[in-house]
Amino acid sequence: MSATALPSSAASRRRARLPSGTLGLGIGTLWLSIIVLLPLSAVVARAFDGGLSTFWDAVSNRQAVSALTFTVGVSIVAAAVNAVMGTLLAWVLVRDRFRGKGLVNAFVDLPFALPTIVAGLTLLALYGPRSPIGVNVAFTQFAVLLALLFVTMPFVVRAVQPVLIEIDREMEQAALSLGASNGTVFRRIILPNLVPALLSGAALAFARAVGEFGSVILISGNIPFQTQVSSVYAFKLIESDAPISAAAVSTVLLAISLVVLIGIRGLGRWGARHDR
Amino acid sequence: MIVERRWRIGLRVVALGWFLLLLLAPVGLVFYRTFEHGVGAVIDSITTPAAVSAFWLTIEVTAIAVPLNAIVGVLMALALARGRFRGKALLNGLLDLPFAISPVVIGLSLVLLYGRTGWFGPWLADHGIQIIFSVPGIVLATIFVSLPFVAREVTPVLREIGDEQEQAAATLGAGGWTTFRRITFPAIRWGLAYGIVLSVARAIGEFGAVSVVSGRVAGETMTLTLLVQQRFENFDLAGAYAASTLLAVIALLTLLVMTRINPRREEHDS
Amino acid sequence: MITVRDVTKHFGTFAALDGISLEVPDGSLTALLGPSGSGKSTLLRVIAGLEGPDSGSVEINGQDATGVPPQRRGIGFVFQHYAAFKHMTVRDNVAFGLTVRKLPKGQVKGKVDELLGIVGLSGYQDRYPNQLSGGQRQRMALARALAVEPRVLLLDEPFGALDAKVRTELREWLRVLHERVPVTTILVTHDQEEAMSVADRIVVMNEGHIEQVGHPRELYDAPANQFVMGFLGPVSRLGERFVRPHDISVDSVPVDGGVQALVTRVVHLGFEVRAELRIDGEESVSVQLTRDDAHRLDLAPGEIVWLRPPRDERVLDVA
Repeated sequence: MSATALPSSAASRRRARLPSGTLGLGIGTLWLSIIVLLPLSAVVARAFDGGLSTFWDAVSNRQAVSALTFTVGVSIVAAAVNAVMGTLLAWVLVRDRFRGKGLVNAFVDLPFALPTIVAGLTLLALYGPRSPIGVNVAFTQFAVLLALLFVTMPFVVRAVQPVLIEIDREMEQAALSLGASNGTVFRRIILPNLVPALLSGAALAFARAVGEFGSVILISGNIPFQTQVSSVYAFKLIESDAPISAAAVSTVLLAISLVVLIGIRGLGRWGARHDR
Repeated sequence: MIVERRWRIGLRVVALGWFLLLLLAPVGLVFYRTFEHGVGAVIDSITTPAAVSAFWLTIEVTAIAVPLNAIVGVLMALALARGRFRGKALLNGLLDLPFAISPVVIGLSLVLLYGRTGWFGPWLADHGIQIIFSVPGIVLATIFVSLPFVAREVTPVLREIGDEQEQAAATLGAGGWTTFRRITFPAIRWGLAYGIVLSVARAIGEFGAVSVVSGRVAGETMTLTLLVQQRFENFDLAGAYAASTLLAVIALLTLLVMTRINPRREEHDS
Repeated sequence: MITVRDVTKHFGTFAALDGISLEVPDGSLTALLGPSGSGKSTLLRVIAGLEGPDSGSVEINGQDATGVPPQRRGIGFVFQHYAAFKHMTVRDNVAFGLTVRKLPKGQVKGKVDELLGIVGLSGYQDRYPNQLSGGQRQRMALARALAVEPRVLLLDEPFGALDAKVRTELREWLRVLHERVPVTTILVTHDQEEAMSVADRIVVMNEGHIEQVGHPRELYDAPANQFVMGFLGPVSRLGERFVRPHDISVDSVPVDGGVQALVTRVVHLGFEVRAELRIDGEESVSVQLTRDDAHRLDLAPGEIVWLRPPRDERVLDVA
C-alpha cells in the first residue's frame, strides 16, 4: 500500500478505535464488584442477620467497646505522632543533604513492602522479652502503639514529601525579605501549604492503623480489655464460630474506613483550592 | 528558609534517630539473630518440606493474583483517565477500599460469601468446589488486597500524556489493539512496572486476610507469612526468624527494584 | 547609598561575580543590565542577603551589612514569578511584613489600604492570588515589599513573566511610582529597552564583571567597549570602527572620507528604512535612515552610494 493511499471508505466509516475507556469501565466495574463489593456487602448483610438488637449487642458489649475505644485511641495517637515525625523526616529528606540520604529515602517504604507479621516479629525481637537493650514493652498498650507506628510510618512522609519539593522557595525568601524569622516562615508560609497533604497522610495512617492485625498480634499479647484491638477481637469471634458478631464488629470497622476515605477525598479538594 | 547549621544537624539527628529506632534496628536485629548460629542452620530452616511448599504456594498465589490485577488495573486506568462517565468518583473511591479495610474484615467477607454458611456456600458444596480453607480462597484474598496498585500507578501517567498520540495513531490507520501495543503501552510501562512491583510485595506479604481463609493446613494452605506465625507459636523462634528473613530479603529486593524504576518513571513522564 | 566592595561569588567552579565594586546613590533607580549568566541576579541577591558572598563586603547606608540576614537589612524584594503567598488573601499578603513587626491591627489595615490604592488594587483586599492576573500579582508584590518601608527596593526581572503589553504598561507605571515613592531602587533586567526607559542609571554586566556604569544616554552614545555598545543597541562595522547604523551618512555622490558601497537589500519599516550594503564585495553593513532620506536618495538594491562615518565621538575603534 503506497504511503499516499487514503483509507478505504469502509475503513474510514469505522470510527477511530482508541484504547477506549468503555471496555475498561465495564471490566473494571465487574471486577471490583465481584472481588470487593460483593464480599463486603455480605459482611454488612450478615451483621444484621439477627436483627438490629443482635447487631447492637454485638457491638456494644463490654469487650467490643473496650477493643474499639482502645483501637481508635491508639490509632489516633499513632497518626498524630507520625504526623509530626513524618513531617520532620520528610523535611530532612527534602531539604537536608547527607551521605546515605538516598538509602534512607528508599527504606522509608520498607513498612509497605514488609509483611506485617515479620514487622511484628522484628519489633518483638528488639523491644520484647529477649531485648538486647533491655527494653521490654511486650504485652503492653505501648507495644500496640509501637507496631502501629512502624506500619504507618511511610504514609505522612510520602504525602508531605512531594508538597515540600514543589513548594515555591521564593515565597520563603519573600517572607524573609519582609522581616520574618525562620520560625515565622515555617509557621505562616510552609506549614499552611503542607497541612492538606499532612492531614491526608495522617488520615490514611489512621485508617490503616485501625484495621492493623499482623504486626500487633505477636507483641501485644492480645489481652482482652487491655491490649486487644478490634481486628483481633473480630478474628477471635470468627474462630469461635460467631459469624454474626464478627460481621457486626467488622461493619463498624468498615464504617470507620469509609468515613476516613470520604474525608480524605474532601481534603484533597480543599487542599487544591488555592492552586492555579 | 536559611536554616542555621545547629538546627539542621539537630533535625537530622532526631529524624534519623527515629528512623533507626523504629525501622532499621528491629529489622537489623532479626537479620543478625537469624545468622547468629551460622548460615547452615538458616538454609536448613528454609528448605524444610513445609517451608518449601509454603514458598511455592506463596509464589503460586502471587503469580495468579498479580497478572489478573495488572490487566484489569490497566483497563480501569484507561477508564479513569480517558473515559467520561458518571460515577467516576465512585469507581475511584472503591479502588481505595482495599487500602483502608482491615485484612481480618477482608478474610471474613470471603468466608461469609464462599464459606460453608456463606451466600454461595450451599451451591459450592453441591458442586464440590472448596474455596475457603483451600487455595482458591487464598487467591481471592490476595487479589482483594493487591487490587488497586496497578490502576493507581498507571492512571496519572495516562492522564499526563494525554491521548493525542493515540489520536494521531488512529488517523494513521492503527486499530485499537495496535495503538495500545505500540503507543499506549510503551508510555505506561514504567508506571505499570512500579505498580506490579508494589502488588507483588503486597501479595507476598499478606497475612491477616489469609489467616482467616486459610485453615493453615501444612503443605496445602500454608503460605510463608502463615509459616512465620506457626513457627513462632511452636516456639521455633529460629525457624520463625529464618522465614522472616527470607520474606525480608524479598521485601528489600522489592525496594531495590522500586528505586531502580523510580528515576525511569520520572524521566519518562517529562 | 549602597556600597558593594570587591564582591566575589562562586557556584562550584563557576564564577558568578568576580570582584565587583559598585556604588548606588540614594533615591536612584538603577538597572543591572546584562545577558543570562552575567551575574546580575546574583549581585542583587547578595545585596539582599539571600546569598552570601565568598569575599567582599556590602554596606547599606554606611553600615556593614555583609553578615546581616535578609530579615534585618531593611530591604524589599520583588521576584520574577511574584512569590505570592498563595494561601493568603491580597490583604494578608501585603500586611505580612507589618504583622511580623507586630504593628497594631488598625494601623496595619490603614497602611494596606493606602498601598493598595497606590498600586491600583483597591477593592481586591479579599481576593486570593490565584484570582489575579500576572500584572496584578506583581503590583501586589510591590505593595507588599513597600509596606515595610524598605531602605532599598530590589526587583529581580519583575516584568519577565508578563505579556509584552502588560510589561510596557508596568514599566511606565514603575517609573511613575518611583517618582511618587522615591526609595532607592535596583532593577535587574536583560532587556536593554526596559533599562533605558525606566532607569536613571544603568550598570552593564557581563560574565561576573561590570563593563560600564552611567546614564542611559551616556552608555548609548559613549560605550566603553564593544560589548556595551552591542548590548544597548544595533552596531555596524565600518572599516576599523564600530558605528550606530543610524549615525552613518549616506550620499548618492562621492564625498570626502566616504567609502563606496553597493545596496543589496532595502526594508521599509514604516517610519524608518533599513538597508544592507556591501563594501568591496565582502563586508556587509547595516544602515538606518528616515523615510524621507531614503526617498530622497531613491534607495534601491543595485544602487551605488557613499557611506561616511559620523563625528568622532560617536565611533568606537575596534580593539
